[in-house]
Amino acid sequence: MELQMTKGKRISDPSHLRDFYEKFGLPRLIISLFLLGLFILALIMKMDITLLLSASIDRIGMNGLLVLAMLPTLVTGVGLNFGLPVGFVCGLVGGVISMEYNLTGFTGLFTAMLCALPLAIISGYLYAALLDRVRGQEMMVGTYVGFAVVAGMCIFWLTAPFKNPAMIWAIGGKGLRVTLTLYEHYSKVLNNFLVFDLFGVTIPTGLLLFFAFFCWLASLFFQTRTGLAMIATGANPMYAKSSGINTRKMRYLSIVISNVLAALGAVVYAQSYGFLQLYTAPLYMAFPAVAAALIGGATLKKATVSHIVIGTILFQTLLTIALPVTQTVLQGTDISEIARMIISNGMILYALTRNERG
Amino acid sequence: MPESAVLELKDISKSYFGTTVLKGINLSVKPGEIHAIVGENGAGKSTLMNLIFGMPVIHDTGGFEGDILMDGQIVKITSPRQAMELGIGMVHQEFMLIPGFTVTENIKLNRELTKPNLASNILGSSMETLDYHTMREDSRRALDKLGLAIDENTFVSRLPVGYMQFVEIAREIDKKNARLIVFDEPTAVLAESEADHLITAMKLLAAQGIAILFITHRLDEVMDCSDTISILRDGELVKYLSRNETSVDEIAELMVGRKLERGHLPPRQVDPDDNDLILELENFKVKMPGEQVRSFNLKVRRGEILGLGGLAGQGKVGIANGVMGLYPADGQVIKDGHALKLNDPKAALDAKMAFVSEDRRGVGLLLDESIAVNIVLTSIEAQQRFLRRTFLPGVRLLDQKAVREYAAKIIKDLDIRCTDPNQPVRRLSGGNQQKVCLARAFSLQPEILWVSEPTRGIDIGAKQLVLDLLVHFNREYGMTIIMTSSELNELRTICDRIALVYKGKVAGILKPDASDRDFGLMIAGKQPVKEVG
Repeated sequence: MELQMTKGKRISDPSHLRDFYEKFGLPRLIISLFLLGLFILALIMKMDITLLLSASIDRIGMNGLLVLAMLPTLVTGVGLNFGLPVGFVCGLVGGVISMEYNLTGFTGLFTAMLCALPLAIISGYLYAALLDRVRGQEMMVGTYVGFAVVAGMCIFWLTAPFKNPAMIWAIGGKGLRVTLTLYEHYSKVLNNFLVFDLFGVTIPTGLLLFFAFFCWLASLFFQTRTGLAMIATGANPMYAKSSGINTRKMRYLSIVISNVLAALGAVVYAQSYGFLQLYTAPLYMAFPAVAAALIGGATLKKATVSHIVIGTILFQTLLTIALPVTQTVLQGTDISEIARMIISNGMILYALTRNERG
Repeated sequence: MPESAVLELKDISKSYFGTTVLKGINLSVKPGEIHAIVGENGAGKSTLMNLIFGMPVIHDTGGFEGDILMDGQIVKITSPRQAMELGIGMVHQEFMLIPGFTVTENIKLNRELTKPNLASNILGSSMETLDYHTMREDSRRALDKLGLAIDENTFVSRLPVGYMQFVEIAREIDKKNARLIVFDEPTAVLAESEADHLITAMKLLAAQGIAILFITHRLDEVMDCSDTISILRDGELVKYLSRNETSVDEIAELMVGRKLERGHLPPRQVDPDDNDLILELENFKVKMPGEQVRSFNLKVRRGEILGLGGLAGQGKVGIANGVMGLYPADGQVIKDGHALKLNDPKAALDAKMAFVSEDRRGVGLLLDESIAVNIVLTSIEAQQRFLRRTFLPGVRLLDQKAVREYAAKIIKDLDIRCTDPNQPVRRLSGGNQQKVCLARAFSLQPEILWVSEPTRGIDIGAKQLVLDLLVHFNREYGMTIIMTSSELNELRTICDRIALVYKGKVAGILKPDASDRDFGLMIAGKQPVKEVG
């Protein structure tokens, strides 16, 4: 290892450039260049850049928390939380409860979050107990736990005793609808908080602040004793053990925190989107979040808040811009959706193959 | 020259990353000769064998200097496969057998005898049927040669451990061209009677004209079966002996040898007192794979530097790991009159003990984290230091400034060579990494410092620095140091007493100035001569 490094330094004369490249990483470089290309293309096609930028920023804030949910488990070495739907459905349940009582505005939003919180903690703990039994295969097992939970929740949505006529099927009067509109409840309350226009680009201040606040909390958390213990657990479990850290507790804790972030992220997502999507909608929630974290430079060995932020920005901007731009360039074809699938899944595949676990 | 040598090594030298591990080795083995190679751990035995067997590790690290000759011809052995084709066989310390296969299948693995059938006529020889009948006969013959009465159709998983070794040997001698077999510490895992059996088998093989290289550190066995003996020490061939002209005592003495001189260690204010004990181990047992500790008893005096010596696998490494709660332990550990809670790393740290692990990269360091983080993290977790209060009660954050200042100071004190405290430790040299480990332990302000193999894998200059540091900790801060090392000389340069561990127990405690012969005998499990202190 050391040998290779000295070799690398000898070969490269403009070493600062190489350092930058190594730090930034090839995938991020490619994505960034691709993004730049898309923007230029959009300019050439005379598309509404401000609209594209507004949409991108909106999506960044909307998905941020879900990507941040990847951080705790990555840090403790549990891996990417493919079981994101476990937390996500908790957020949905909270959202539905808040809606049932016709709460609106911030009251509705925070009630949804408060209701989701205990559910996320309990389900997170159970999920952690399960993952603890399948050490080394957390990501694969997590994926299927996510699928199973979504399927199980379909029964809940159908049978739960909700009464609000805006939510239940009009015919039969039982069971929740597939998509619940939040327009009259707490749709876009975060987005519209202190919202302003900058050169025609809409800045959803509240939404961004909310994401930034959690990022700030996360970066503070990783400076606390517990946070540092988590980092040590992920970096070298034996070092952690020899430092008197209960590594198993740290793994549990990271999964619970991840689950809570996923639940809160689900509420934020729903308010920004304007709809609560039930039933099978949360099924593939984990994959874009995973891809974003990986594009940001997070690896199974090391992940930081900045990886999450960069990843969310790159990935969501890419998705938002790629769709209309390719649509305009390739009239009539639906290449954009395919491109989106290739990029997000390809990214996951690439990152996972690069990250063999010790 | 009456008989030409099967294998001859001429002026072999090998270094790993600038550390010389073999220097000008000359050696030759004749057909039918059993040639023993003895030496302490790290003397270069394994490297020499890897070299002969063409292991990739040799070529991946820049090859070697000198020539290997077979039957007087220079050969280039670049892969184990090539070594096998040349008629060199190897019996490993760890068994390389497939448990779910029968003895025959293991012996014939990848050298199966086949006969053509319909499918193979069309699809090629890879589809040929296995000729079990002939294969069994061959295996039987090989087993008979070893005088082994096991059924060749038994599954390997059902065999007693001792017999597995013989299957490996049978595999080597079944190779038609087998001319030289290397036995790499074959008796290490065997019981006494099985070892005897193995020695007999080796003699049988030698009588059939096969040359044997026998690596061991059991001196009895050497005297029992070998014709000639080479003694390696620190990568050099110190002596080539004929068995008839030597004695166990002489071999023991040559093996240990004396290189580092015990310099003038600084004086202490108070000398350790037999009545002032800081730590007692009673009937202490540790389950550490490969380093089992069985019923270990030891008394440690306050303020001394105590050495734990002995050969690899005898359990010396397990002691520190057991006390510090990293491997399952049982028995009594009494620190300052209080029983220590076992199997709890936190309890050990709370009892003011710190540990520098022998596994520097595996346990000692967070390779991708900075030097500063590596040094302070254990102190943060175990002692809640380097944290600052925030406006929220109960929430404390890493005190970056304090960490920076402390790291800068200790980097200077211990002379850790780095660009800055934020450099990842992965980029440091072995010696500097070890200093980071020492800094980590030192930061805990321990009363007892356990140090395992502190100089393993670091170059000679750095070795002396690390040892000096330990003496410095001991003299300046009154830390009691318990140092585990495979290098007796190192222990003898700085320790007050050295406990030699054999089969998980204390074989005896020696003063550092005891004779080489006593040390050599005791690490080989021979009768303890006399106990002191």
